[in-house]
Amino acid sequence: MSSVKVQRSIARLVPQGARVLDLGCGDGALLDLLARERGCTGYGVEIADDNVLACVRRGVDVIQINLNEGLAMFDDASFDVVLQIDTLQHLRNTEVMLRETARVGRIGIVAFPNFAHWPNRLSIARGRMPVTRRMPYQWYDTPNIRVSTYKDFAVLARKNHLRVLDAFGLQNGHEVRWLPNARAGTAVFKFERG
Amino acid sequence: MSFDTPLLLRSGASVANYTLVYETYGTLNAKRDNAVLVCHALNASHHVAGVYAGKPHSKGWWDSMIGPGKPVDTDRFFVVGINNLGSCFGSTGPMHTNPATGRAWGADFPVVTVEDWVDAQARLLDALGIDTLAAVMGGSLGGMQTLSWTLQYPQRVRHAVVAASAPNLTAENIAFNEVARRAIVSDQDFRGGHFYEHAVVPKRGLRIARMIGHITYLSDDIMNAKFGRELRNVVEGAGTNGYRYTTQDIEFQIESYLRHQGDKFSEYFDANTYLLITRALDYFDPARAHGGDLRAALAPASAQFLIVSFSTDWRFSPARSREIVKALLDNRRSVSYVEINTTHGHDAFLLNDAYYMSMMRAYFERIAGENTP
Repeated sequence: MSSVKVQRSIARLVPQGARVLDLGCGDGALLDLLARERGCTGYGVEIADDNVLACVRRGVDVIQINLNEGLAMFDDASFDVVLQIDTLQHLRNTEVMLRETARVGRIGIVAFPNFAHWPNRLSIARGRMPVTRRMPYQWYDTPNIRVSTYKDFAVLARKNHLRVLDAFGLQNGHEVRWLPNARAGTAVFKFERG
Repeated sequence: MSFDTPLLLRSGASVANYTLVYETYGTLNAKRDNAVLVCHALNASHHVAGVYAGKPHSKGWWDSMIGPGKPVDTDRFFVVGINNLGSCFGSTGPMHTNPATGRAWGADFPVVTVEDWVDAQARLLDALGIDTLAAVMGGSLGGMQTLSWTLQYPQRVRHAVVAASAPNLTAENIAFNEVARRAIVSDQDFRGGHFYEHAVVPKRGLRIARMIGHITYLSDDIMNAKFGRELRNVVEGAGTNGYRYTTQDIEFQIESYLRHQGDKFSEYFDANTYLLITRALDYFDPARAHGGDLRAALAPASAQFLIVSFSTDWRFSPARSREIVKALLDNRRSVSYVEINTTHGHDAFLLNDAYYMSMMRAYFERIAGENTP
């Protein structure tokens, strides 16, 4: 998921010079890319020590807090863009965090594994939970505690009055715009408050 | 270093002549842009790193952090430690002679604030020819001075590293300080703060002040891990449970430890200094002048910040550090915030945690790698 191609796909969605908050920023590579190539500024939020350290080593500003405790530290509309790249599926309070994302950022961009990707469907049809390159975990040890599909997210976005500005799938680093719910391992949504 | 230009204090008083003792480590480079000021907390001094020749027990108070090859690498940085005004490690303080009376200052030493200390430190740096600091750093009360530097002299600070600190003290914190002060002041050897001329020291008060302070520097976890309910020594005649059924003897290990800490402290620390420094802690509150609005208070800061908190620190809890982080975020300042998972409580900022050390090393490498104009 953190391949350079994927990062570039996400980066294209971020306006030039935007002030960005990257929730679950990992080692800070995307923020670093956004700073270097799109003149963005901003902060990462991360919980894992090794990732926080990697951010500091890169010179990416990072805030070490647990996202399950919310975004109280960030004011309304204080960022142009809030990113949740492969983060949403790890959080208990998915819906709250989605609303928080829309509160703090003028634009939200989320990416998460699409459970309706056809190999996953095939696996379920065979009676087993999918274990793939995209989701390489067993059901009992997966950090992906919220599994959902491209279509599911569209429903949740509507329920929360989010206006979807762009949505597509990502597969092998390529954008999938035709039947993304079946054909892409990753779902990407760009939205704003409706 | 002696100063003969009076230093005007926040209280309105001024100190006409004063001396600040300081130490430096490493070399100031030709561009004079590699200086790091280290601010000390309550009972520390200008001696931040290294050992004095022939004195193997004189290790600096932040020696784990600062030195050649250490996270704050003195092969790259020029580190300055300054003993604050009113302290008791060589800089002018209450044990020195008040020129107006010819007696020791004692309790008449003017009340100093964090802001006053920062002013005095700035003058010393002026004299050293250091205009801009690569970084100011400190833990606890030292973190407050660091924060204050970024507000009083924003153009002179490139980076601020604030560990285990807070934007002000809570009521509970002031309460602990007050208990400590009352312990000292009510010791009959305190003599209204003029004990020097009676050749006595209010050691009982100092011991108790240190004991209560020390409890707040540790965590429940670490106290239980270190001491638990362990008894000091089981002697003959004790009951089968090991209790000796006394009320004043040392029974538990924790009692022994606290008394030992108190005894040690009362041998070297000055009672009036303790009162002054705890008061400086109480008073520090940059948001006060802005109706409690920390965002407004931190608006002048232009430094880049690293804020570090420690999970079990209840004296200066992570939540207090996050208040500083939030105020900096609201001002759109460059800030990183790190919470170190530790059992060691407030004292953790002085200890050698692998993640903490790696973080500080990474941050100072980032500073060292910067090009300044």
